[in-house]
Amino acid sequence: MVTKVYIPRDSSALAVGAEKVAVALAAEAKSRGLDVEIIRNGSRGLYWLETMVEVATEQGRVAYGPVKVKDVASLFDADFIHGKAHALSLGLTEEIEWLKKQQRLTFARVGITDPVSLEDYLAHDGYKGLKNALKLSAADIVKTVTDSGLRGRGGAAFPTGIKWNTVLGCESEQKYIVCNADEGDSGTYSDRMIMEGDPFVLIEGMTIAGVAVGATQGYIYIRSEYPHALAVLNEAIDAANEAGYLGDNVLGSGKTFNLEVRRAAGAYVCGEETSLLESLEGKRGLVRFKPPLPAIEGLFGKPTVVNNVISLATVPIILDKGAQFYADYGMGRSRGTLPIQLAGNLKHSGLVELAFGATLRELLYDYGGGSASGKPIRAVQVGGPLGAYLPESQFDTPLDYEAFAKLWAVLGHGGIVAFDDTVDMAKMARYAFEFCAVESCGKCTPCRIGSTRGVEVIDKITAGKDRAKNIELVRDLSDTMLNGSLCALGGMTPYPVLSALNHFPEDFGVSSAGLSSEAKTA
Amino acid sequence: MSDLQTTQEVSAAVIDALIAKHRQQPGALLPLLHAIQDTVGYVPESCYISISKALSLSVAEVHGVVTFYHHFRTHKPGRHIMQICRAESCQAMGSEALEAHAKKCLNVDYHQTTADGAITLEPVYCLGNCALSPTVVIDDEIYGRVSPAELDALITEVKVSEVKA
Repeated sequence: MVTKVYIPRDSSALAVGAEKVAVALAAEAKSRGLDVEIIRNGSRGLYWLETMVEVATEQGRVAYGPVKVKDVASLFDADFIHGKAHALSLGLTEEIEWLKKQQRLTFARVGITDPVSLEDYLAHDGYKGLKNALKLSAADIVKTVTDSGLRGRGGAAFPTGIKWNTVLGCESEQKYIVCNADEGDSGTYSDRMIMEGDPFVLIEGMTIAGVAVGATQGYIYIRSEYPHALAVLNEAIDAANEAGYLGDNVLGSGKTFNLEVRRAAGAYVCGEETSLLESLEGKRGLVRFKPPLPAIEGLFGKPTVVNNVISLATVPIILDKGAQFYADYGMGRSRGTLPIQLAGNLKHSGLVELAFGATLRELLYDYGGGSASGKPIRAVQVGGPLGAYLPESQFDTPLDYEAFAKLWAVLGHGGIVAFDDTVDMAKMARYAFEFCAVESCGKCTPCRIGSTRGVEVIDKITAGKDRAKNIELVRDLSDTMLNGSLCALGGMTPYPVLSALNHFPEDFGVSSAGLSSEAKTA
Repeated sequence: MSDLQTTQEVSAAVIDALIAKHRQQPGALLPLLHAIQDTVGYVPESCYISISKALSLSVAEVHGVVTFYHHFRTHKPGRHIMQICRAESCQAMGSEALEAHAKKCLNVDYHQTTADGAITLEPVYCLGNCALSPTVVIDDEIYGRVSPAELDALITEVKVSEVKA
């Protein structure tokens, strides 16, 4: 009998040797004359346990990890093929507490299925959403998405259904669906995990979007830093085309939807939707003035839906199980679930999908297991390089768009980066300006010039030159950037800068955020 | 000299073929530049004129696009490219020390190539491997939780592969 063994093809698993483990395991099975089929799945998201090897048994899938090449022979010796005990045994995968407590809706299949097997996707509820959508009117599809309360998961949290409705209402011979897969925020990797671990759910979500608003062409704009995701997506798109799930007659409905993946080229600002559209058109990624909104004049001047990977990949389950099913999760105006990505200095980093409302503390300690270094967690940055730093006193904040906004912080794309007490927050503030200077598209002055001036002023503060005056200058500069920048890059760089200054003034050589210690004693 | 000429001629033929393949695509410039860099290793400035003619752009526009994006190079890189992630998550796990170590071992700064032409060192801002920071990429391979000692081992591996080749 063939035994199915699962070894992830996810980039992060590959980064700790999954490929070598897969090769060694295949060779070992062959030399022992065992009939083993290795399936390269996505990652379950328990990254500290990668490479996590799973074996299908009568009781369910049994996991082992972290497996290194040197462990492979001993796994066979212990008869892992039958799920037997080994020093690396993790038990039944579904019973692992860290995984069991989660509410995986968008990530329902990630790590479970073979990402490029359409058959496997269909066997796990795939394409049920599209089949339902094809029975509905365009307006009813859009209404379902609106009623679900889904908000853009890229960070801006704009209601997805409202955006779709604008595009639906535009008369045009050509409309587009653009997937923003330019996941450049540090500490975020959920888009990558979906694309590598369940590409069909994104393809299905985009197809539903196309059917809903009357768009016949979709583009996935993916980071050049994600070569594995690109390969998996292209493989899945080919399979979907061949089986009639994409193309000129989607599932015999007479509707057309074609999909193409386009590689970005390493510009962070192209994660901003108008800059992304410029880039797709083959130009420099300069931010556009709004209005006109991309929904009205987007790609090549045509009405365009621009959505993040997670937003689009969440649409199929909403169309499958209904708006209310999804809206029943969450709190306040943040409905549904958020795939949270734990990163930085944490013992147990990985993907945690939960309904909105869990606190930062639960995520950092119950899931994250505290810092990897064993030192106290001093600061966390939520929402990428443009997100605020939060001190320990704010760790009880629930993950909810509005709760974060009240603290002058953002949830963004749900990335959480933890720092232990060795972090120098003045250095992090400097880095935020430096990053903005490197990545600025240059179109608006506050961002282009302000970022460089910001680096200089922080350097003066840390060197102890006129601290009080220069801190005032940073605040003034931040005000200009906040209110005068064209897009979020310049407009949000003050979030990490000022939150670092406000919560950790001692790192800037001052005892309270407004005054330098010299000024106070004087 | 004759070697150089041959390289240039081959490049021109290769680039013309790539232009022919991509010119009809909507928004063709980025896919074309990717194709050129994937094939040649960089985007030679000598091909700007043929690209601009094929896509009805000015040479300045082509130059502007090539230089806007961090990914595109206009000069031939080393035989291997090492990228170290500089983003926050990797910083929280010691990437600064790793960067300093790499620069010292290779005796180069960012965007420079080792004297033997083997390794070009590049910064990168996030590789989506933030759960296993710090991250290093060498050519097409990604490595997580990289310590300075492991970086030494990776550099040695590159050198050994060069000797074998």
